[in-house]
Amino acid sequence: MSSPLSFFGGFKLTFQHLTRPRVTVSYPDQKRPKQPRQHGRHVLNRYEDGMEKCIGCELCAGACPVNCIYVRGLDNPPDHPVSPGERYGYVYEINYLRCIHCDLCVEACPTQAITESKMFEFSFTNRADAIYTKAELVVDDHGFPKHLPWEDWREGEAEMTGGWMRATSPSGDAEYEGVVQWTGDLGVGVRAPEAGQSENRDDEATGSKQLRRAFFKHLQPEDVNADQAGLQGKLNEARAKMPKRFRKNEQ
Amino acid sequence: MTWLANVDPLFIHGTTGVVILIVIIKVIVGFAALMGAVTLMIWFERKAISDMQSRIGPQRWGPFGILQTLADGIKLFFKEDLIPAEADRFVFKLAPYLALVPALITFSIVPIGGTLTIGGHQVMLQIANPPMGILVMLAMSGISVYGVMLAGWASGSKYPLLSSVRASASMISYEAALGITIVTIVLVTGSLSTHDIVTSQAHGIWHWNVIRLGVVPFVIFWMAITAELGRPPFDVVESDSELVGGFNTEYSALRFALFYLAEFMNTITMSAIIVTLFFGGPAGWIPPVAHLKWVFPIIWFVLKTVFFCFCYIWFRAALPRFRYDQVMDLGWKRLIPLSLGWMLIVAGFLVAPAWGLVLTAAVLMASLVLTRAFDLGSKRESGADSILPTIGQRPLPGQVLRSWSEHEEDE
Repeated sequence: MSSPLSFFGGFKLTFQHLTRPRVTVSYPDQKRPKQPRQHGRHVLNRYEDGMEKCIGCELCAGACPVNCIYVRGLDNPPDHPVSPGERYGYVYEINYLRCIHCDLCVEACPTQAITESKMFEFSFTNRADAIYTKAELVVDDHGFPKHLPWEDWREGEAEMTGGWMRATSPSGDAEYEGVVQWTGDLGVGVRAPEAGQSENRDDEATGSKQLRRAFFKHLQPEDVNADQAGLQGKLNEARAKMPKRFRKNEQ
Repeated sequence: MTWLANVDPLFIHGTTGVVILIVIIKVIVGFAALMGAVTLMIWFERKAISDMQSRIGPQRWGPFGILQTLADGIKLFFKEDLIPAEADRFVFKLAPYLALVPALITFSIVPIGGTLTIGGHQVMLQIANPPMGILVMLAMSGISVYGVMLAGWASGSKYPLLSSVRASASMISYEAALGITIVTIVLVTGSLSTHDIVTSQAHGIWHWNVIRLGVVPFVIFWMAITAELGRPPFDVVESDSELVGGFNTEYSALRFALFYLAEFMNTITMSAIIVTLFFGGPAGWIPPVAHLKWVFPIIWFVLKTVFFCFCYIWFRAALPRFRYDQVMDLGWKRLIPLSLGWMLIVAGFLVAPAWGLVLTAAVLMASLVLTRAFDLGSKRESGADSILPTIGQRPLPGQVLRSWSEHEEDE
């Protein structure tokens, strides 16, 4: 260990690093896939029939540790109700200069009205723009978050809203198997359980497949997909890098 | 004018207009090549160090970010040039040039190729070949430290001042080892001229000074020159964790750029000097290609220089910085005695093998005495007899670390 040659250990290590893959990516051009449960900008969900899920109960505002949520409820108009319940969220504002994306509001919400997308790249040029109102937060008529012009949405970030909530509910039991307890969303329906919840993983449905492909070196050995593990994985990787005309045997 | 002709065959036919033109062209080409090399070196350093740290490094400007230095230069050119209120304005403005000009001049004595015959004129591929040769390098590295020292002093700020004190101290400590190693080479070559030093090594790899003198002078020279450059692991002059940014903390815009330029220019020049002194300069295998034989020495020279530039980057990635007192220790207690002893041995063997053996024995004896002396010194330092109390031991009220009255009674 303390042989005289150990002086050159640093030289050897740094030289080996010349050929190792880089740990950084050139960020604005190239982005790492996001974690399936990443906390990003909020969305206010709607039921499959288009009704808003928010009932204006203010539990999210109560749970918020930094007081960034402001909610005021109002009785539903009998002739054209906004939400299926008695009341609905008449005012809903989140101040993103304060929000720490802790997701305690998501946990507090009794109707799964508020969840978080994975989009975190948004900035403002004045303080008033930092306050998102219902106009920005409520999902559009197809059930997808509104892509505001100053927000940098990437593929897959809009489909995976509420990953954290689906992973831990019901009752935070990660081993849960069976019928899911959460309600369907407009345009999407009842979402599949998050990966890691049971053995019956459906990575494709939950959007974490992309992530597993990118980060399989960080996974436990038993979690690595069969086509990525060991020598076969190396072969597949090399094959994927080959030009198309050499790949005859693939479908 | 005969001494000129003795030194440089270009002046055999007198100093005509054509000769002056050739000299001017050589200067311009040398300057442009060095400037281009510096921009490439800065890019190369940033790229290589980022590779060694698993990062990507500059990549936005040009292919592989090769124009990054140009972008930085343009940015620094248009930045506001600040002079601190406490600064000595004249010296503050002068210092960057004192750093840059010696860096440029040193390169002029480096032979980058053989001799070329253009229209009856024999042109050495070397900007100048002064008779004092390698001493120019020592003189210029001595002057360039003035740039650093005056910059730190003129800033009117405390950390830059500390840095300039360090710079001058480490210059003094390592200049001696550097000079003695160069004397070893001069003894073997019999000439101070860099051209002669290179031609004496031209007959194959066994004639290179690195092997001919034993590897020790090369290692000493390399360490000393790294300390002179202030590059890691000897970068106590601008150690950012201790001295903010060192001597150039208060500098901004173009003046900072000049320091930056001088630093990297020195790195290239000193790599070239190492190659010249120890690795035969442009010497190397020349393939039998007609009309292109003059190109290959240049290629050899560039390859060797790039290798040493890479080594400096490698040092920076691999080695942690020395403490300031360790730098002083290494310079005074190890490198100076070692280089002196090795020079004596080489000188002895040059006179006669018997003398060489006698001097080897003498040097071994001396090193034993020195080792014993250092040993005693290090014990004395921490003992009760030491002049200064050890750090951490403060005399509490009523406690006396050392009574002065006792000593007075002894006398």
